[in-house]
Amino acid sequence: MATTDPISQFNIYTLFSFGTVGADENGANGVELVFTNSALFMVLAVTFTAGYLILSTRGRGLVPSRVQLVSEILYEFIANMVRSSAGNEGMKFFPFVFTIFTFILITNMLGMYPYFFTVAAQLIVTVALALLVMTIVVVYGVKKNGFGFLKLFVPSGVPVPVLFLVVPIEILSFLSRPLSLSLRLFGNMLAGHIVIKVFAGFVVMLTGMGAFGIVGAILPLGMTVALTGLEFLVSGLQAFVFTILTCVYLNDAINPGH
Amino acid sequence: MEAEAAKYIGAGIATIGMGGAGVGVGIIFGNYLSGALRNPAAAASQFSNLIFGFAVTEALGIFSLLVALLLLFVL
Repeated sequence: MATTDPISQFNIYTLFSFGTVGADENGANGVELVFTNSALFMVLAVTFTAGYLILSTRGRGLVPSRVQLVSEILYEFIANMVRSSAGNEGMKFFPFVFTIFTFILITNMLGMYPYFFTVAAQLIVTVALALLVMTIVVVYGVKKNGFGFLKLFVPSGVPVPVLFLVVPIEILSFLSRPLSLSLRLFGNMLAGHIVIKVFAGFVVMLTGMGAFGIVGAILPLGMTVALTGLEFLVSGLQAFVFTILTCVYLNDAINPGH
Repeated sequence: MEAEAAKYIGAGIATIGMGGAGVGVGIIFGNYLSGALRNPAAAASQFSNLIFGFAVTEALGIFSLLVALLLLFVL
């Protein structure tokens, strides 16, 4: 039963080990560097993205070929998103935002393939991405605005008595941003994949019940197909949501007063 | 009551919170649709605001799902 329950698809296991580093003379307290299935799919996603973008834009045709057009549409899509939500100054973060979007999109789409591993369904991965975004926002905001970055917590045009209520709320909302940013991606990918496997499990259970069960299994099978379609939508949507929130937060770092 | 049973009941109760997020997401998309039908020309420009509101609302539902998952698999 261990391999058919809906949660075991998220197991991380070692593919090969690079050996242990930092161990003391007794061979204890070391950290083992291992290459896991999670790392494999991250490497696959990065290799695929980089390979596709490099190969497709190699021709630099004035009239783009079909493969080049995909790269150009992707570029225009992200560039418009950054420009509309973070302004022209936000375009200096374009490579970062583009990397975030393609990484999440391609890892999510790879995860949709049966037996493949969904990288974004690991909390540690999404927390690392969210902390990276928030670190860049805070560091750039303080570097550019100095103490003016604190204007982020003081909305303009609010009467002073109300500020005593609004400022703590703004601080709390800022502190919960990395939490919600990481949990949203993690929760959506985890929940979606679990639901698909639960309905797929119903098919297996019903077909074990004889001829009547096999006819009844058509319902959960159709549901599995529909949910797979929905999960493709969610994969793309969550990559988009993560990216647009990154742009909004970067806009806060560039223009703190709102 | 056994602790194991209480854990499962708690996980079930925790998922009720997702209903609130469902109502919120429904309000967001419903209002977007009614606004878009009144003024289709302005609909495309508000799409990113729609997704932003959807994401912020949905996060709260995900929190309650997370509580349920923590109860089931971690605690």
